[in-house]
Amino acid sequence: MGKLIVSLSPHAHGTDSVEKNMFGVVIALIPAILVSFFYFGLGSVVVLLSSVAFCMFFEWAITKYMLKREPTLTDGSAIVTGLLLGMNLPSNLPVWIVIIGALVAIGVAKMTFGGLGNNPFNPALVGRCILLVSFPAQMTSWPMAGQLTSYLDARTGATPLAIMKQAIKSGDASILDKLPPATQLLLGSNPTLGLGTIGEVCALALLLGLGYLLWKKIITWHIPLSIIATVFVFSGLLHFVNPVYANPLSEILSGGLMLGAIFMATDYVTSPMTHKGQLIYGIAIGFLTVVIRNWGSYPEGMSFAILIMNAFTPIINLSTKPKRFGEVVKKLINKGN
Amino acid sequence: MNFILTSVIALGAIALISSVVLYLVSKKFAVNEDPRIGTVSELLPGANCGGCGFAGCSGMACALVAGADNGSIEGLRCPVGGGEVMEKIADTLGMAASSSEPLVAVVRCNGTCDNRPRIAEYDGLHTCAAVNSTSAGETECGYGCLGCGDCVGVCQFDAIHMNPETCLPEVDEEKCTSCGACVKACPRNIIELRKKGPDGHRVYVQCVNKDKGAVAKKACSVACIGCGKCEKVCQSDAITIENNLSYIDFNKCSVCTKCVDECPTGAIVKINFTIKKEAEVEA
Amino acid sequence: MRLHTFKIGGVHPEENKITAEIETRNAALPKVAIFPLGQHIGAPAKPVVKRGDVVKVGTLIAEAGGFVSAPIYSSVSGTVAKIDTSIDATGYRKPVIIINVEGDEWEDGIDRSEKIESIAEHPELTPENISDTIKKSGITGMGGAGFPTFIKLCPPPTAKAECVIINGVECEPYITSDYRLMMEHAEEVIVGLQLLMKATKVERGYIGIEENKPEAIKLLTQLTADDSRIEIVELAQKYPQGGEKQLVDAVMNRQVPAPPAIPVNVGAIVQNVGTAYAVYQAVMKHKPLFERYTTVTGKQVKNPGNYLVRMGTTFAELIRACGGMPEGDNKVLAGGPMMGKSVMSLDVPVTKGTNSITILSGDDAHRKAMQPCIRCGKCVEVCPMGLEPYLLATLSANKLYERMENEGATSCMSCGSCQFTCPSHRPILDNILQGKGVVMGMIKARNVKK
Repeated sequence: MGKLIVSLSPHAHGTDSVEKNMFGVVIALIPAILVSFFYFGLGSVVVLLSSVAFCMFFEWAITKYMLKREPTLTDGSAIVTGLLLGMNLPSNLPVWIVIIGALVAIGVAKMTFGGLGNNPFNPALVGRCILLVSFPAQMTSWPMAGQLTSYLDARTGATPLAIMKQAIKSGDASILDKLPPATQLLLGSNPTLGLGTIGEVCALALLLGLGYLLWKKIITWHIPLSIIATVFVFSGLLHFVNPVYANPLSEILSGGLMLGAIFMATDYVTSPMTHKGQLIYGIAIGFLTVVIRNWGSYPEGMSFAILIMNAFTPIINLSTKPKRFGEVVKKLINKGN
Repeated sequence: MNFILTSVIALGAIALISSVVLYLVSKKFAVNEDPRIGTVSELLPGANCGGCGFAGCSGMACALVAGADNGSIEGLRCPVGGGEVMEKIADTLGMAASSSEPLVAVVRCNGTCDNRPRIAEYDGLHTCAAVNSTSAGETECGYGCLGCGDCVGVCQFDAIHMNPETCLPEVDEEKCTSCGACVKACPRNIIELRKKGPDGHRVYVQCVNKDKGAVAKKACSVACIGCGKCEKVCQSDAITIENNLSYIDFNKCSVCTKCVDECPTGAIVKINFTIKKEAEVEA
Repeated sequence: MRLHTFKIGGVHPEENKITAEIETRNAALPKVAIFPLGQHIGAPAKPVVKRGDVVKVGTLIAEAGGFVSAPIYSSVSGTVAKIDTSIDATGYRKPVIIINVEGDEWEDGIDRSEKIESIAEHPELTPENISDTIKKSGITGMGGAGFPTFIKLCPPPTAKAECVIINGVECEPYITSDYRLMMEHAEEVIVGLQLLMKATKVERGYIGIEENKPEAIKLLTQLTADDSRIEIVELAQKYPQGGEKQLVDAVMNRQVPAPPAIPVNVGAIVQNVGTAYAVYQAVMKHKPLFERYTTVTGKQVKNPGNYLVRMGTTFAELIRACGGMPEGDNKVLAGGPMMGKSVMSLDVPVTKGTNSITILSGDDAHRKAMQPCIRCGKCVEVCPMGLEPYLLATLSANKLYERMENEGATSCMSCGSCQFTCPSHRPILDNILQGKGVVMGMIKARNVKK
């Protein structure tokens, strides 16, 4: 006869697992990945593949040889970091820069803190920001759409965010007329502009991914909605006061906002644990993004805003508690006394 | 060139002013500490293990100096430093050293996988504290070692290790400093600090099972069944039987080993005897 | 119409109500009956028999050991073999009375007829003598908790009872004993509720039933049509709806504050449906508590079913009657998979709170490997008490017990929703229970000092 197993309750478990959540994110990224192949062709394939491959390699090597533990690549988190890092890079980035990015993202931002679950900052964003600061020229050249077979030699152009920045710097609101209409921003299909990083061009594909993530209960609406709504409202206020600031619809459809709000800010490890905390986090990120975009020296502020708020996540966790069962009644009883 | 000169002068001036301020502050706000505390601290091993009963070596140093002022440092002993260190400290303070015998940690359970059959498999948080509070363990003995190694985890001196074959912890006599951390960590009070004994010879009951004899024996073949034969044969009046369990008082025991021979189950063991008929030795 | 439910958290484990439509049968009489003296909350009972005494079914064998305690009655006739210690669900040995079973002779006072007595036929009943009968009959909470019932019926002076809520929820997977009780003895359960309402002098009674038991809801609604004081409340299926605080929240829309508050502080007295049935039998049939409905179930059990079991029967005997233990590794639970206790030996007896013997086999018997906490926050989302399980578990592992108390550890009801949900299969509840034990000890020590 077999053994009698003994343990504390519960003795049943739901169907959720780390793998389900990680591969769910990968599936949610598929529409955006396919769109990127369509727009950027070879460049996108090379950058995404090399990012994923090297993130996985570095995690395996560091875990096995430096930490001397069993590598856990099968949990899918290295793949997700690799994909998200790649989605944050322009498609004409040389592979050696991608490798450095992967090393920073996995080695510095994730493994030095102890691996999965222990990193205070979003690894893909740390990788991206270090690359941005170290290789500003290569990281800010944006290929135009449709050059399917070109990689390093793609023609580049300014992005919508660069146009918005120019308008603010020069104080000339008419520059904003160069912005494509909202539908083109949604689909990312403007032929004369540089589009942006691999993942951020087509807001529609990203929104499809959001739908999938919400349906499978991988994330909740709190962070994406609070970020997008805050950016919309704040930039709307600014636009109303001074038309040199772009209209709010263009703001939320341009740049890394959708990618950041849906995939980067919602990273489990670096975002707050309670719904109240997540709303505060999202509102602060939205606010910071608009501030950096309009008054900072970079045209895009999303990555920095998220990293700054990652630093505040522990304090947000400490100060936002979920509503305790019976709290209201207790307060009433205490008041009565 | 001008700006190099101005930078050097400016930074040099800041450095000079800061160092003067720091010096003055360190003098004004200096904590007046008895210099003996510092000297004694130097003599102590610095492991901050808490074995002396104080929070750290500095706590022990303060206690020693206070004791010296009161006339005696009897009762204060650093188990890690041992007699050598205590003598040096006593010399420094101009006191007589406290005298006490060296102790060692002893694991009073011999419920190996062979002696004590496993009837269930525990699947959950693997710490002795967790298992103890929720179940008797994996065997029928609700008093015996659980094998999850809480004791191993707290030892700062690498003196206790889990033997994978017997699933019991084993104490390295040479390294054990009798600081008592493992004693506190064991939720079942299986580990005890006992005298090392003359030439390391010691005798003890390797069981803490308080169930009735038949029940204890069914759970483990080397359990103490509380039969009392050891008590009858002891010439030093060192053995007491309480709650179906025999206990040897190490202060009275003369290490004659008669009880070891009398015990029907082999629960009483003798350690470090080089004559043949040696019981399981703790290595 | 939106169904009533509790407002915070909750999970949806698989139902697995394999035995729902199997009619209850009488379990065979055991050969030996084991009665643990500490099978209820409070002081253990004190034996009033000794070795060699002859007892009948319904004979008092142990009296209450204090105020918070309950007497124990023999469920079998035979001779007392010994008063000894025996293994309980945790594997530790606890004091028990062991009786060798001979025949099936019952005490004379017990009414074994099928007639259903109604309150109208018994005008002599007063709240005091109902409570007294409940106390003397040894009735304790039959949902598993084992709290002496008569104490719940006399609320502290600061609280006023407004209603009695009967817990027919049975939210745990696999268990169907309460459901079968409601289907087969609905009238008696209703009279039991009326007796409880009389004993606590309240004018409202509710029976809460989850929506996955439509037949029971229909039957009880029909039978209570003529008593306007009683309402059958259909509840959304969500675990842990059967927790008494969650039940009060769903039925009355009031949340009981953190301990030391109890449901009666918001006006509710909650009793399990099995307890209501036991109350009926004690008051109307003069039958003390010695048998109960128990489900024996499991995916690989050959003949699962619902049984009327004499308490003291060992798990081994019942499992043998259901086709024996399945092959391979198994986990045998006293209770359901969410809150049940896994037993170390099958020689454990059925007690007043054993509502089910669930056998998990194969993969279900083992936990999955643990991974690091990915800080997903799902445990916080599902906690029905609004706590932060990941935080309590980490505080416990780091021995920060004071902070654990401040974070509400005493409110934790050990429902297991957090560990059920955790994608990393972490032993969250294991850690919380460790720390909760220490915190309760600290609170006790503090109160003693006061």
